[in-house]
Amino acid sequence: MIEVRRHRAAFCADCFLHHCREQVRRVLEKFHMVEPGERVLVAISGGKDSLALWDILLDLGYVADGVYLGLGITDYSDTSLGFAQRYADGRGAKLHVVDIPAEHGFGVPDAAKATKRVPCSACGLSKRHLLNRAAIDGGYDVLATGHNLDDEAAVLFGNVMQWHVDYLARQRPVLPATPGFARRVKPLIRLSERETAAYCVIRRIDYIVEECPMAAGNKHLRYKETLNAIEERTPGAKATFYLQFLNQMQPVLAGVADEERASVGECTRCGSPSTSEICAFCKLVERAATDSLDGR
Amino acid sequence: MRVHLHNPKRDLEVAGPLRVNELVKRLGLTREAVLVIRGDSLVMGDTQLADEDDVEIRPVISGGAR
Ligand code: SF4
Ligand SMILES: [Zn+2]
Repeated sequence: MIEVRRHRAAFCADCFLHHCREQVRRVLEKFHMVEPGERVLVAISGGKDSLALWDILLDLGYVADGVYLGLGITDYSDTSLGFAQRYADGRGAKLHVVDIPAEHGFGVPDAAKATKRVPCSACGLSKRHLLNRAAIDGGYDVLATGHNLDDEAAVLFGNVMQWHVDYLARQRPVLPATPGFARRVKPLIRLSERETAAYCVIRRIDYIVEECPMAAGNKHLRYKETLNAIEERTPGAKATFYLQFLNQMQPVLAGVADEERASVGECTRCGSPSTSEICAFCKLVERAATDSLDGR
Repeated sequence: MRVHLHNPKRDLEVAGPLRVNELVKRLGLTREAVLVIRGDSLVMGDTQLADEDDVEIRPVISGGAR
């Protein structure tokens, strides 16, 4: 049995699995995330969210392959790849592996050092770029990521705290395909991370429980703790905060998102869509390369 | 009972019997942030844990600005 306080409900194992699939199915339909016949590429980290997402999409009958990005975070990356590969093998599913150090000569810790930014920022921008490229190169129509309700509520909280209007406009469950970009979808937005973790335990999906060593103390985690403290007193607060943002605020912000899309050009190095001459990822590759030449 | 914790990985001895919610509270954790697993199944907040139980408290919050 598992209780989901937000729904004032306790489910038995079978009903809980059904509940999770239903939440995902509703989101996929409501936001027209995947059209019939389209191929989906799922971004797999080896963690609970991405493996639960892959499992649910396969169970719902979608054609879904996985892609794992090796971030070069030493032991953590090797271990998480192991979980991803074991799931794929057990399920007979196809997993593509892109290793950033092997292909671009640097890992996330080096990139963070070279750019003097926090690891998660170098990591996030590399993921956005390389996952999209994997989708485009592999001929997939849709790139699906395992962002859950807690992730989205925490990002929303951060964006609101600083009134990042352009980020708020972009924070949508579906980003439509544009030239050079596959459609990006987040089918788990109606499941909390407690639910995705419980899903994996019940389905006996082994995932990496240990936290990425680079995550400690970042803002995102602090926002989650804050929101969970509110949730503890008011079950359902997180879902209301985020889902009402989608209902009430997103329509208001639609104009900002259109304007931004119109200003996108191409990176002169890699041809990826970019608002500046050289895209953020190519700049990162360049900086990481000079940094290692300097022998630091 | 033996309690397995993560991040960092460690084991604790806690005297039972004790309800799950009480154990979670005593460890200074939030219900929303963990799952409690006995053997290989999830247990609910009002479940009474026995002194000879072996339980895992698994965090569900993952970090990283994604
Ligand atoms: S915690 Fe940060 S560095 Fe680690 S995988 Fe997530 S975004 Fe990347
Ligand atoms: Zn580029």
